[in-house]
Amino acid sequence: MANHVSLFVTCIIDQFFPEVGVAVADVLERAGYEVDFPERQTCCGQPAFNTGYHDETRKVAAHFLDVFSDAEYVVVPSGSCTSMVVHHYEELFANDPKRLEQTRRLIPRMWEFSKFLLEVAGVEDLGARYDGIVTFHDSCHGLRAMKIKEGPRRLLSHVRGLELREMDAAEECCGFGGTFSVKFPGISGGMARTKIESIKRTGAGAVVGVDSSCLMQIRGALSRAGLPIQALHLAQILASR
Amino acid sequence: MTRDEMLQNVRTALGRSAGQPCTEPPAVRLLIPEVSVEERIQKFSTALDALAGHAFRAHSPDEAREYAVQLLAGKTAIASNAPLLRELGITGIDGVRSGVYERDELRGLCATADIGISGADYALADTGSLVMLSSQEEARLVSLLPPLHLAFVSKDRILTGLDELFTLLPIPAEKTSSMVLITGPSRTADIEQILIRGVHGPGEVHVVVV
Amino acid sequence: MPAIPNELFETPLSDGRLQLAVYSATGRLMDKRKDVVDASVLPDYQELRDQAAQLKRHTLDNLDYYLEQLEKNITARGGKVIFCRDGSEVVDFLVKLAREKNAQRIVKSKSMTTEEISLNEHLEEKKLEPVETDLGEYILQLAHHRPFHIVAPALHLTRYEVADIFSSNLGVEREVVPEEQTKIARKVLREKFLSADIGISGANFLIADSGAIVLVENEGNARLTTTAPKTHVAIAGIEKLIPRAQDLATFLKLLGRSATGQPLTVYTSFLSGARREGEIDGPDEFYLILLDNGRTRLLADQEKRQSLCCIRCGACLNHCPVYRKIGGHSYPWVYSGPIGAVITPQYKGLNQDPWLPFASSLCGACAEVCPVKIELPELLLALRRDVNKAQSGKLYTKIERFIFQAWAWLLNHPRLYDMAGSMSGVLATEDKGNGWMSRVPGLMNVGPLKAWMSQRDLPVPPERSFRRIWRNRARRTQD
Repeated sequence: MANHVSLFVTCIIDQFFPEVGVAVADVLERAGYEVDFPERQTCCGQPAFNTGYHDETRKVAAHFLDVFSDAEYVVVPSGSCTSMVVHHYEELFANDPKRLEQTRRLIPRMWEFSKFLLEVAGVEDLGARYDGIVTFHDSCHGLRAMKIKEGPRRLLSHVRGLELREMDAAEECCGFGGTFSVKFPGISGGMARTKIESIKRTGAGAVVGVDSSCLMQIRGALSRAGLPIQALHLAQILASR
Repeated sequence: MTRDEMLQNVRTALGRSAGQPCTEPPAVRLLIPEVSVEERIQKFSTALDALAGHAFRAHSPDEAREYAVQLLAGKTAIASNAPLLRELGITGIDGVRSGVYERDELRGLCATADIGISGADYALADTGSLVMLSSQEEARLVSLLPPLHLAFVSKDRILTGLDELFTLLPIPAEKTSSMVLITGPSRTADIEQILIRGVHGPGEVHVVVV
Repeated sequence: MPAIPNELFETPLSDGRLQLAVYSATGRLMDKRKDVVDASVLPDYQELRDQAAQLKRHTLDNLDYYLEQLEKNITARGGKVIFCRDGSEVVDFLVKLAREKNAQRIVKSKSMTTEEISLNEHLEEKKLEPVETDLGEYILQLAHHRPFHIVAPALHLTRYEVADIFSSNLGVEREVVPEEQTKIARKVLREKFLSADIGISGANFLIADSGAIVLVENEGNARLTTTAPKTHVAIAGIEKLIPRAQDLATFLKLLGRSATGQPLTVYTSFLSGARREGEIDGPDEFYLILLDNGRTRLLADQEKRQSLCCIRCGACLNHCPVYRKIGGHSYPWVYSGPIGAVITPQYKGLNQDPWLPFASSLCGACAEVCPVKIELPELLLALRRDVNKAQSGKLYTKIERFIFQAWAWLLNHPRLYDMAGSMSGVLATEDKGNGWMSRVPGLMNVGPLKAWMSQRDLPVPPERSFRRIWRNRARRTQD
């Protein structure tokens, strides 16, 4: 069973962007993996954690651990959700030896999608073809907590027909920030508009990222501004032929 | 609040008791690269020029003196009591006052002079800085009040940077009440981030390496 | 979590000129910093950060030891150390000192610590004349503004506003050229320096092994403040200590670079008391005021003690996308940006401005550039948890907690969760044609959904969630 992965699709992809989940599964299968989707999965708990409700987070996190604790690899198409498990579960379960043990066993098996492709599967070229100019948005938690920077670009560099044009504010936050986006809508919206200005200047037809929550914020702002620029998850590019 | 109250509050906060020894501090981190004198002069000059300062290499005492003469050209100057200035004959140039040891008199002279002339205890190659230790030979205001500061530093006094300085002077307070590093002309960017030189300190800094 | 005073941000967010000014000024500072910490010019930047972070944490963990050492060394050279609980004790001491010296005029160099205790206002009430001498601070003092930025206090003002401030306060003709404006200030302040009786400075660092303070500046006003008047009083928070003068080799390399992109600021003064025998100039007397003002309370909190490591470089402000949108005056206290959001609730109490730790997207750009590696996002998360506890009796918090409890319960029941999700299909009618919607039906247009829709579109929920698609796919594969 060396080539078996469990997919944690994230709640936002499950509920809003199922096509991203399908693309992730396609790419993983193309890379030679048998993909399993544990149906009892829901969410990593981050929305409650980032809003300061740790007891509620623990309930969701415990469920996550129960669903995934036996998985060989858990692949997550989100730097942010991966980081939640890898960087915050230990703190949450500091006083619960059983959960802590479960967490520590799980952490080394948690993989963000692009990192899994490069570091576990060892593939860079997935035989994808995408005709068009794209720009890449570095999602904050992916970039800073998971050190995802060159990886997705390397994967994109093998996509036939694709031209990557960097934006000047690639590393600037899109303003999503979970509940921040609805608690401080004016600030969050302002950040999104700064972001889409930067995207627009590249002339790209699509902005690509590794976190669907950021992409929802960015695409939401693009759509509101009437701009026909797409927001695509890296998996969607890699899955296209 | 008394001293003892504050110390007690701090100890309570830290869970420490009076007289409890300090834990081992991180080791001092000072790394001094090998850099030749020539290279130091070169680096110092490049760094100072980049800050809109003026570095000049004098190959002889005459050249050093000549630089001062050119800069003075009818202006008034107050010179510190550094022996190097006497040796170079700077204090003898027309318009240069020197040998002032009284605070109020010196302050009056510094407030009106066009140029302040000083030595420097050290210079730092990395950053183009002068290191000035306050003493009987060097008053603080000479390098501060006049709109132009002219300093003379001997080439063997150019250190590589901060690490070498703090290796030579592990506790500068043992030598002087005031050690100042001067890195280029006084500047501000407080209005619309526009760079302006010479706010309160000298707008021009000239350093002659002797 | 409390209600958010979003109206507070409307002014800066709708001021196009301010938006551009703040975004471009902070952007320039970001670029300048990046150039001087680059591996090609400072290969050991990360090692320096590690060293600085360890030194600061070590000093705080042994603060009583280093305070005693500092005091001993200052006193040995004739300086006096004064311990103050809060601003009022500082003012009392200064008023008494001014009376002793028959002093009226006090020149001041930039100090955030004195802003913290509104020192100028209090001294003015006591009929003293404190004069800020840093150009930016001077402009703010005339205009009665508080600093907009820790390092660039007058960042929000244009030259035209400065022209108005000068002409109405100084009786000079309206002058709009910054270079000329600077000359005006130089002239006025030079006179103040030479006639002041007392100089008050802050301190960037307190050096325990030397009994010294370090001041870092570009203009020369701190040098003048600490040299021209006969009495020098330095005011510093107790967290400013570092163990040894030699540690400056680490801190000075980081401070200027992180703050303004300068390898070293123009002037770095290392001062250890009044002028000594033989020295020609400098003050006759030196006092160091060590201020608590809430710091021992922060010190006691082991989890957040690292907040006191801050060396006030301002880099976290420049890199903060929230600060860059709302600017310094939207923050409730003198400290703005990420560090302000972290320390204000700790100094002022969690219930004073409970929304503050939530005003962050947690992007982490601040922590990435912090020269002493303060884990700002982690601290914000911890404060959010603490605020919720402190506010647990408030209706807003009760409702929000209930929602998250229900949410957590739902997420533990995948089948119900799946069913709940499938109900969002009713929104399909709102599709703009691109799979996104700009509005939701009136009844739903409340709370978070309304807040979301006020700024951007929302994807129309798909007909089938991923889990439903997967079920079919699995069936298909099996066939």
